[in-house]
Amino acid sequence: MTQTAHCKSLLESLSDYVDGTLNEDLCVELQRHISACQNCSIVVDTLRKTIYLYHATTAEPANVPLDVRERLFHSLKLEAYLQH
Amino acid sequence: MINKTTPEFSLEALKSGEPNEFARFVDTFSGPIYRMALKMLGDGQDAEDVLQNTFLNAFKHIHSFEERSSLSTWLYRIAANEALMLIRKRHPETTLTDTNLEDAEGEDYSPLQFVDWCCLPEDELLSVEARRHLDRAIQRLPEKLRIVFILRDLEGLSIEETGQALDLSQTAVKTRLLRARLNLREQLSSYYGELTHDRRDKK
Ligand SMILES: [Zn+2]
Repeated sequence: MTQTAHCKSLLESLSDYVDGTLNEDLCVELQRHISACQNCSIVVDTLRKTIYLYHATTAEPANVPLDVRERLFHSLKLEAYLQH
Repeated sequence: MINKTTPEFSLEALKSGEPNEFARFVDTFSGPIYRMALKMLGDGQDAEDVLQNTFLNAFKHIHSFEERSSLSTWLYRIAANEALMLIRKRHPETTLTDTNLEDAEGEDYSPLQFVDWCCLPEDELLSVEARRHLDRAIQRLPEKLRIVFILRDLEGLSIEETGQALDLSQTAVKTRLLRARLNLREQLSSYYGELTHDRRDKK
């Protein structure tokens, strides 16, 4: 279950690959390697899933709890504008 | 994530300290900034300190804002500095210095775990417990990788904007992002790998 030198040489390209910003030549090389190397194929799939899961956790709108917002407005001397 | 359809602000009104405009500015950006601080620090009180200091500083320095980046990137930059400063203050002994970081960057970060856990159902991947684990995994990243991951992958800044917010070249952002993602993948593989195992045993 170890990685070959070729696996390691492709590691640097993984971020660009999952972001879809890898240049075409490298992309073809990587895809060819992945189709023949089960380990790298799992790494790519789970890396993609890792990023997807973190995206999912921040998909909901970010809200500040009411009491935190209130203290924030006070610290900025904006109490008068709390009603908005 | 601060989406691209955020309301426009009158820079003139902000610079002249118009409180109404500033209150609107605070309400638009406080959510993402608070979340970013929470993910970075893992503590509500610390996140609130960062939130307040970020807007106090924004208030103080808005007159020198030069539009070299977007307003939101400028704000993330202030927040990132505040968060990193607070971490340094809280844990001066464990904070990585720049030389330490270079050592860490020279480290071999080749994948070690090859369990395919992608087929787990969504409700298990995003259960309450799993979400706690996702947050904990971020906390275990060295902070210089953590901040890059949070800005790029959680808050959705581009590589370029992340570089502007952290004074890093795009190459440095990409390198740190890859390390952060691979590190998280290892951590999640341990956790979800076990769940995958349990499911198989049950069958
Ligand atoms: Zn391989």
